[in-house]
Amino acid sequence: MTLTQKILARHAGLDRVEPGQIINANVDLVLANELSAAVAIGVMRGMKGADRVFDANKIALVEDHFVPAKDAQSAKLAKLMKDFAVEQKIKHFFDVGRGGIEHVVLPEEGLVAPGEVIVGGDSHTCTYGAFGAFATGMGSTDIAAAFVLGEVWLKVPGTIKIVYSGTLKNHVYAKDLMLRTVGELGIDGATYRAIEYHGSTVDALSITGRITMANMAIEAGAKNGIFHADEKVIAYVQERTDRPFMVERADSDAVYERVIAIDVDELEPQIACPHTPDNVHPVSQVTREDIPLDQVFIGSCTNGYIEDLRVVAKILQGKRISPNVRVIVNPGSQKVWMQAADEGILTILAAAGCAVNTPGCGACFGGHMGTLGDGERALSTTNRNYVGRMGSPKSEVYLSSPATCAASALTGIITDPRVVDAALV
Amino acid sequence: MESTLRGHVHKFGKNVDTDVIIPGKYCNIIDPAELGKHALEGLDPEYTARMKAGDIIVADTNFGCGSSREVAPIAIKGSGTSAVIAKSFARIFYRNALNIGLPIFESSEAVDGIESGDEIELEPATGVIRNITRGTSYQAAQFPPFMQSLIDAGGLVPYVEKRLAEANR
Repeated sequence: MTLTQKILARHAGLDRVEPGQIINANVDLVLANELSAAVAIGVMRGMKGADRVFDANKIALVEDHFVPAKDAQSAKLAKLMKDFAVEQKIKHFFDVGRGGIEHVVLPEEGLVAPGEVIVGGDSHTCTYGAFGAFATGMGSTDIAAAFVLGEVWLKVPGTIKIVYSGTLKNHVYAKDLMLRTVGELGIDGATYRAIEYHGSTVDALSITGRITMANMAIEAGAKNGIFHADEKVIAYVQERTDRPFMVERADSDAVYERVIAIDVDELEPQIACPHTPDNVHPVSQVTREDIPLDQVFIGSCTNGYIEDLRVVAKILQGKRISPNVRVIVNPGSQKVWMQAADEGILTILAAAGCAVNTPGCGACFGGHMGTLGDGERALSTTNRNYVGRMGSPKSEVYLSSPATCAASALTGIITDPRVVDAALV
Repeated sequence: MESTLRGHVHKFGKNVDTDVIIPGKYCNIIDPAELGKHALEGLDPEYTARMKAGDIIVADTNFGCGSSREVAPIAIKGSGTSAVIAKSFARIFYRNALNIGLPIFESSEAVDGIESGDEIELEPATGVIRNITRGTSYQAAQFPPFMQSLIDAGGLVPYVEKRLAEANR
C-alpha cells in the first residue's frame, strides 16, 4: 500500500484498503476557521441529537480569515465561533494575537503528527502532509459531521508518486519546485488523487520547504499531498507534544497510478502567471518592463514562515523598495511574528519600506488588508491566482517564492533573485 | 428524490473556480439568498441579472476547483440556479454540492451537445438529460453506490442523525 493507503487503512480499522474503496475513517483532529466554522456550526445546530462535539480536545478553531474583524459582519462570524468554542469547551481555540494562520499555527502547537488523519474546513488543510499525516480539506457540512461523529467517509485515492532528483541552485526554493510541479500536473492533474513526494531533493528540504510543497497539492486538484516523516519531522513534533503517534511508510511493493520524475539541477525560479496556478514559466520569461508591479505580498500558509522571512530580510536589508510598488508582509503566526521581531527582521522590512501586518489570510483571498483594485498587478508568495483572487476581477496575480518577491520589490518588475544578489556582491 | 428540473442553459468553460463562483470578499456572508445575488460574479457579473429561476449551468471540466468554501454551491443554489452539468467536478465542490442539495450531473456528451440558451430538462432520479431545443438526450454518469445511498437518505445530515440515534440507543 502507498503511504496514504496505510494511514487510511489503520484509521478505518482495516488491514488493507484499495483506491476507490469507500471507508469511514476516524479522525485525529478536525479544523475550522471562522468562515467554515460559521456554516458548520449552523449545520450542527440543525442536526437532531448533535449537542456535543465528539471530543473537545480534538478540534481546532482558528480565527484567521477576516480578522482582526474587517467589518461588523466579519466580527459576527468570529464571535459565533468563539461562543461555540466556549460552549463546547474546545481546548484548541486561537483568537487574534494568540494564533495566526491556521496551517502555520497547528504544527507549531504540536497538533499535527505523523500517521494522523486530519480534516479541515479549508482547502489548504493538505499542508499537514509535510509531517507524514493524511490531511484533506472539506466543506462545512462534512466538517459538521466530523465535529459530532469524529469520523469521515472517504474514497481512498490512488497515488501519484513524484520523484525529485538533483540539487536546487542558489535562490531556487521549494516554492519554485512546487510551482514547476503544478505546471507539469495541471490544475486538475491530480484530482481525487494523493501526491506522494519522494527523492533526494525533497529529503534535503527543510520542514518549511515541505510545508510549502504539501500546501499546494490542492493546486493540482489533489486530495492530499504527503511526505514520509523523517528524523527532522519526528524531532520537531516530539518537541511540541507528548502524544504518541505512528510513523507509517509506503510498502516497497506499493502500486502507484503514475510515477513522475523531476530533475531540478537546471531549475530556475518559477512564476505562475495569471490566471491559474498551473500557468507556470521560468522567471527569465516574465522579467519585463511592460509588466510593472503595483503590490508585492509576502506571507500566507504557503510562505509565511520564519525561514521565508529570513530570506526576504537578507535581500532587503539596508535597501529601499522601488517607489512604484507597495510591499505587504504578513508573518504567518504570532510565534513567527515574535521570532521575526527578535531577529530584527521586522525592523529590516519596515526600514525597507514594507508594511508589516498582523498574521492572517485576508490578503491572499481578496478579503482585506491588501486587496487589489481594478488594473492592479501583484506578485505574491501565496498559492492561487484565479481571476479576482486578491480583489478586483480586473487585477492580476503572479505567484513566486519569497526570494523572487523580495528581489522584485526592489526593482518594481518581476526579477530573478540571483540577479539582485549578484548585484549586491 | 427531486422531480424533473427544467430551465435555460448558461454555458461556461473549464476550471470555473470557487473564487469566481463567489469572490472572497463575500465569504463572510452566510445567508443563501444574499450569497445568491453574487453567484458567478467574478466570471460573469451579469449572470444573476440575466438568469431566471430554474436555469441550469453547463460547464466544461474541473468545475468548482480551488477553495473548500461551501458558500460556492450555496451561492449557486441561492441564485435560483437549479442544477450544474459539467464534464467533471473538482473534488471538494462535488461533496459540498451533494451535501447542500445542489443537483450536479457529469456528462461530457451532454456538455458538448448543449449550448447557451438551449432549454433542457433533467431527471435527478435517473440522470437523464433532455435537450428540448435540439431534441437530443443524454445519460449522466451514475453516482457511486455509497453516494447514491447518501442522496437517497436525504443527504449527509440525516445520515449523521441516524448514526447518532444508533449510538444513543
